[in-house]
Parts: sequence; structure tokens; C-alpha cells
Amino acid sequence: MQISVNVNGTDYARVIEPRLLLIHFIRDELGLTGSHWGCDTSNCGACVVWLDETPVKSCTVLAAMADGRSVMTIEGLGGRGGLDPVQEAFAQCHGLQCGFCTPGMMLTARWLLDHHPDPSDDEIREALSGQICRCTGYENIVRSVRWAASCRRRADRPEQGR
Amino acid sequence: MQVPAYVEYEKATSIEHALRLLARFGPEARILAGGHSLIPMMKLRLAQPETLIDINALTELRYIRVAGGELRIGAMTRHADVLSSALAGEHFAILHDAERVIADPIVRLWGTVGGSLCQADPSEDLSAAFAALKATMVIASLDGTRTVPARQFHLGPYETVVAPGEMLTEIKIAIEPGGGSAYEKVGRRVGDWPVGAAGAAIWLDGTGNAARGGDGNGDTIAIKEARIGLTAVGAEHFSAAAAEEFLRGAPATQESFARAGQIAAEHCRPVSDQRGPAEYKRHLAGELTVRALRRAVRRAATGPGA
Repeated sequence: MQISVNVNGTDYARVIEPRLLLIHFIRDELGLTGSHWGCDTSNCGACVVWLDETPVKSCTVLAAMADGRSVMTIEGLGGRGGLDPVQEAFAQCHGLQCGFCTPGMMLTARWLLDHHPDPSDDEIREALSGQICRCTGYENIVRSVRWAASCRRRADRPEQGR
Repeated sequence: MQVPAYVEYEKATSIEHALRLLARFGPEARILAGGHSLIPMMKLRLAQPETLIDINALTELRYIRVAGGELRIGAMTRHADVLSSALAGEHFAILHDAERVIADPIVRLWGTVGGSLCQADPSEDLSAAFAALKATMVIASLDGTRTVPARQFHLGPYETVVAPGEMLTEIKIAIEPGGGSAYEKVGRRVGDWPVGAAGAAIWLDGTGNAARGGDGNGDTIAIKEARIGLTAVGAEHFSAAAAEEFLRGAPATQESFARAGQIAAEHCRPVSDQRGPAEYKRHLAGELTVRALRRAVRRAATGPGA
């Protein structure tokens, strides 16, 4: 079957087998290897991308389900002009070690902050509870999300004053 | 690498279109909702449909509303929708309790209420919640719709009364004021299926201070109606009918709840597996029934809905 998917602002048309998973479409068909293929069982969250503004574990949706829709991968997160505050936060706060879980962590964190600009530590941990990191013990990941939230609040303040 | 076997794919654009596709492709076609149960099953070859009929475009099946004295939930409603619905929580707190412990926040954004029910996993949480609420399932086909009580919806593990050519479209729960409900689950880790879980919905004869505290000491308030749902513990119809029968008319005391828990546990037939031995699951069935009843009673005494 033929599908058309907008990924990070670019339209792609490809002929695929309906059984192709979105993660393999992104990595193998489009060559966007920032999204990581981890547990393959929708547990680890390394493969999280946004499908029409909503994060999804891309090992558990078919590429066919993305037909006519838009996808944002980690490559598209900072693409709107430099690094996203979430990306900068992970660098600032040492929010990664091996980096395997990081794309999913960042895309979920971005979604959290878009819907909940000032989350508590508990809310951050709950939001990331479908993302597994085997290096960091999560402390620095939570710190990174908090840093990104405060960064956004700083950025918001001048606008509110206007 | 786990990938599904070869499958055909059709995208439905309306309920009627989905039903026509189901009729056309026959019994080896499966509805694809959120896919978060079906796709993992397909990867493992535990499900091997010939054709998938994708109903993700059917936004008309994604709603939570009150109509005709019932809470109505469309089959394509995502788990996250239920969790964020004040309406659902106000009327049936058990739904928020249960949704909070289903999978993880990302999976809940895609997994659907109807999909979970139709997957009919014997450890599925909403099956117990809807059994506790005595919900009604609405099933559509090209011939029209029929309704089935939640407790008759499952025929066994991974098997429901939804026949070829049919699809689940709605879950309805009668709103009966003055009740309280709750769900208690024990799992091995975040996002996992339950080792055991219990839901309860309860209505008291009148209200009183004794019920408010939930300690029940010297309490003479009677239980008007009690309903108990169980999952992952081998309970018939995801429910505990004998325990419910015992509670009806009994005083709302800790002793009653403890006895109901015992009865619920006795009637379970759990199996030992990687989540735990049968006896532990039986213990959970009893203990979680007691905890769910306690919380449901507290809510019945204070809250607006069940």
C-alpha cells in the first residue's frame, strides 16, 4: 500500500507492507535513526515519537496508521530553531549517559511541558513512567525536565509583562 | 525483531463503513483500534488476522457523556480521555482509580476502552471495573445494535460475544445516585498487568456519620446494593456474585467486608504463573475486595456519585 506521512515538516510517500511498524518506517525507510528501537514490547519508551501531536510508542503502531498524518521525531524537536529547551536541559543537567532512552525521554518531556508547564517532581516521574533508563537512576532526567520547565517560565515572563 | 505476519489493511471512515468492511472480509478480519493490545499479540503470532480494519478515524466513537440517566463511553475513547474526564470521575470514581493504573501515560494516550474490552485479556482492568458497575455493552452490526450486560460480554480468555460482522460501539453505565466505587490493584511494576485487582461499587440505606469514617464500629447502616469486580484471579464473569449476595442487606461494617472478601477469594480460581502463585492471588482477591469496599463506602458517604 502507498502511504503519505509528514515527518518533521517534510512529506514522504512510500509503498509499504501494511504490517510495517512505524519505528521501522522511520528508521529504515526514511533513515531517521534518532528514534531508537528498544524493547519492541511498548514498555521501554525509547521509540516514542509524536503522531499528530500525541506521543506514541512507535514499535506498537503500524506505519499505515500514520498515513495522512504528521510525525515528529527527535530530529524535528529542535528543528524549529536551535535546541528545544528540553534538549538544552538534558545537556545542562547531565540527563543522559548512554543516550539510548534519550529521544523518547525528550519527546515525552516536551509533551508534558506543553500540557503542564510547571510540573512537580512527582508529576514528572509519573509522566515518564513509561520510559525506562538503565543508566541514570532518573535523578538527572527529572532535574533536566525541571530545568526545562523553569527555562520556559523565564521565557514566558517577558511576554506576560507586555 | 518482532513484526506482525503479513496482513491486509483497510481504513474505515465511518461506523457503517467499518461494518461493511467487516461483512466483506469475514471472520478473519479484526478491528484495529489503538492497537496496543492487538499489535503486540500479532507480533507474537497469538493473533493472526487476515485483514485489519482501522477505526482510528472514527472520532464519532470517542466521547464520554451523560444521556438518559447513563454515563456513555464511546468504544474509541482513549484511556487518557477517561482519566481526564471529570464527568467519568464524578459519577464513577472507580474508573479513575482503574485508569490511573492501566499501562503507562503514553500507552494510555492510544489504547482504547473498546479495544481493551474486546481483547478480553483475563487480567484486564476495565473488565473488572465494568463488571463492578454492571455496565451494558452496545454492539453494532449491519442489522442494527444489540446490548449485552458486561458480565455476559466475555466468553472466556481472549473471547467475547462480539461475533464476526459485529463491533463494540459503546459502554453504558446507569447512574444511580448515592453510591460509591473504588478500584484496588497490585502489580509487579508500573504499567504491568495486575497480579490481582478488585473493584467495588456500593449503595447504602440512607447516609450516616458511621459510614463517613469507614471504620464501621457500632454501625447499623445497611448495605442496599454491593457489586464486586475482580480481574486476573480467575473470577467467573470478572465478578464475585456470592460475596455481593452476602453483602446485600448486611450492615456496612468491617466484619461484613472481611467476610465478603473471604467469600470472593473462595470463589476464585487463580492460576500460578510468572506474576505469582495461585494462593497469593487468592489472598489478593480477598484483601483487595475488602480495601475496595472500604474506599467505596467512604465515597458513598461523601461523594456525589458511585
